[in-house]
Amino acid sequence: MTTIPLSWYLTLSAVLFTIGAIGVVTRRNAIVLFMCIEIMLNAVNLSFIAFSRFHLDHGGHLFSLMVIAVAAAEAGIGLALIVNVFRHRRTVNVDEVNLLRQ
Amino acid sequence: MEEYGLIGWIPLLPALGALFNGILGSKLPKKLVGFVALSMVATSFVLSVIAVTKLMGTGVEHHGHYEYTPLHSVWWTWFDAGTLGNGAHFAVDFAFVLDPLSAVMILIITGVGSLIHLYSLGYMEEDPAFWRYFTYLNLFVFAMLCLVLGDNLVVLFLGWEGVGVASYLLIGFWYSDEDKAAAGKKAFITNRVGDFAVLIGLFLLFHVAGSFEFEALRQWASHISEGQLLDADGGMTSFAWLLTGICILFFIGCTGKSAQIPLYVWLPDAMAGPTPVSALIHAATMVTAGVYLIARMSFLFAYAPYALALVAIVGALTAFFAATIGITQFDIKKVLAYSTVSQLGYMFLAVGSGSFFAGVFHLMTHAFFKALLFLGSGSVIHGMHHEQDIRKMGGLKEYMPITRWTFLIGCIAIAGVPMFSGFFSKDEILWYALSNEHALGGPTTSALWGWMLWGLGAATAGMTAFYMFRLYFLTFEGECRADEHTKAHIHESPWQMTVPLVVLAFLSVVGGYFGVTYLLGGPWFGLDLHGWLHQVIGHGEALYSNRFGGYTVAYVTMAIAIAIAAGGIFLAYTLYGKPSEVPGQVRERLGLVYDAVYNKYYVDEIYEATLGRGLRAFGHLCHRFFDDFVIDLVLVGGSAWLMRLVGSVLRQLQNGDVQRYAAWVVFGAGILFYLIAF
Repeated sequence: MTTIPLSWYLTLSAVLFTIGAIGVVTRRNAIVLFMCIEIMLNAVNLSFIAFSRFHLDHGGHLFSLMVIAVAAAEAGIGLALIVNVFRHRRTVNVDEVNLLRQ
Repeated sequence: MEEYGLIGWIPLLPALGALFNGILGSKLPKKLVGFVALSMVATSFVLSVIAVTKLMGTGVEHHGHYEYTPLHSVWWTWFDAGTLGNGAHFAVDFAFVLDPLSAVMILIITGVGSLIHLYSLGYMEEDPAFWRYFTYLNLFVFAMLCLVLGDNLVVLFLGWEGVGVASYLLIGFWYSDEDKAAAGKKAFITNRVGDFAVLIGLFLLFHVAGSFEFEALRQWASHISEGQLLDADGGMTSFAWLLTGICILFFIGCTGKSAQIPLYVWLPDAMAGPTPVSALIHAATMVTAGVYLIARMSFLFAYAPYALALVAIVGALTAFFAATIGITQFDIKKVLAYSTVSQLGYMFLAVGSGSFFAGVFHLMTHAFFKALLFLGSGSVIHGMHHEQDIRKMGGLKEYMPITRWTFLIGCIAIAGVPMFSGFFSKDEILWYALSNEHALGGPTTSALWGWMLWGLGAATAGMTAFYMFRLYFLTFEGECRADEHTKAHIHESPWQMTVPLVVLAFLSVVGGYFGVTYLLGGPWFGLDLHGWLHQVIGHGEALYSNRFGGYTVAYVTMAIAIAIAAGGIFLAYTLYGKPSEVPGQVRERLGLVYDAVYNKYYVDEIYEATLGRGLRAFGHLCHRFFDDFVIDLVLVGGSAWLMRLVGSVLRQLQNGDVQRYAAWVVFGAGILFYLIAF
């Protein structure tokens, strides 16, 4: 059975990252924004695991676990912020949350 | 040259006086201010006498003439900017040199200056700005001394400009009167035109000769060979034309400073200043700076016969022209002002005819009798309670005897009556004008030129005698035409004013005996001004030593000149000495001609209509273009517009849209990735 080459994993990772980045820059809904951030984080995770598998180094696994933990914490805080913003501004549209603009 | 520090004190004392009175004078009593000012100049005079005596002592016989060792003194190195490409050393010391020519000048400046300071103590007694007057007067003496004592052209020019400034300050002394202030401005601005020419000439001379110092320039000039001046066919080389150009530029400066055509227009207006100022600056000293410059640079002018020809003709024409105007004026000071312009014309006629000695000699005698005449007129004005119109005077001989006799002596001197000073100097000039024959292929080798100049000079002499005695008769003789109120107050002036008058009258009589011409068996009493000046002007005069006409022509023309002067006096007596209808009739008969002459040929009006309007229009144009367009619109407005443009673009980076910020981060990361990976 032939192995999937490393470059395929990395390509997938890059594509996922780009999709996530474009989403962060483009989407208006704050919740969708966070989902895209998660996509980026997971793309990076995939990349770490791929390298770890191919270099037979467990460091990649470990770092991925840390990333997952950080992502979870960040999502929690982020969603709390969004709820607060919604309470004040009745919207989750990031275009409308611009009181600090000059 | 010998180092002699004393001469450095001669200009320094008046400078200190000016500083003292300028800073503290307004708080000090008038007596102290006056004392300081007078004593500074008087001490300078004493020092001058000492220095000149020492100079006389250095006389050594040399080829039939006496050579004197110039006395030198350096204050400090003004600037030293290194060596230029052509090897010239661009450096100037603030240094003074006393040689026979500057000796004559400093004695006149400090001597007559002291007398005028003394006179001013009386004349300006009631003026509230007494201290300011004496500050400016001392400042003037300092600048004038720098001018004549400077050992290089730059110090001379400093003095040249300095006297212009002092003149401006003193003419516009009573500046609250707009007309007087305007007269001051006119003097300075007109002078400035001339100064510009002097500056260009100075630069050109340095470029060609490599030094500013007179001694070095003299050395350089003495090495100029005829081959450098005349090319193969006897025409002038471009080098000769360059020298001519430099001399003409200097002369233009002289027309400004010494009030010749075309820049004389400031002098009659300058009568707005206090009369002692007119006596000192516009008779005895500042206006003679031009003559001094040409005499000092005689070694250069000698190589430029065309320039000298120009000097002579302008001098002669100015003398004639100004005399015609002087005949018609009614303001006592205006008559004397035009007389000064006319007499200065004589001095330039002299130097232009190759006799630098006659020019300086007349400078000296003129200083005496013109200062006398001005101070006398000041005495009259003072006694008449500031009346200056001679139509309102008359019969003053009863009220002001000292003034009357000294004034009369001045008139006799200026008219050229034999045995008085004016006769000797004026006659020298007429003789040299007639007999001159320019060397070096100049334009004036015909007898006609000489006769023409002589004719202008002799006619002017006649007019001079006429208008001066017209002035005398209308002021001092006949019925007093003043109103009762003024008549009751006419008084002789105080001793501070009459003593200088007497001293100057004495000098006006004997001053001529210093340089009696060889035609009359001179020098008399061993007083040889011509020999004294020889080392400074001799080289120049040697190139013009060809004189045509012999003793017969000389004596005949001398007799004619005396007759013309006598005729002028007699005519003035018949028209003004006794009551006469003739002046009024002449005025009517001449009608328009009289109006033109009386209105000074409308020269001021012409200048205003052409130059004045033209320059103001040009200024307006410049304002519209440079100020309004280039600066306001293009530079100021333009840079603001540019800023706004850039700002409007960059502002979009800060629109508060976080996603856009994130977009830039991603974009930047992409670029970094690209750079690192490939």
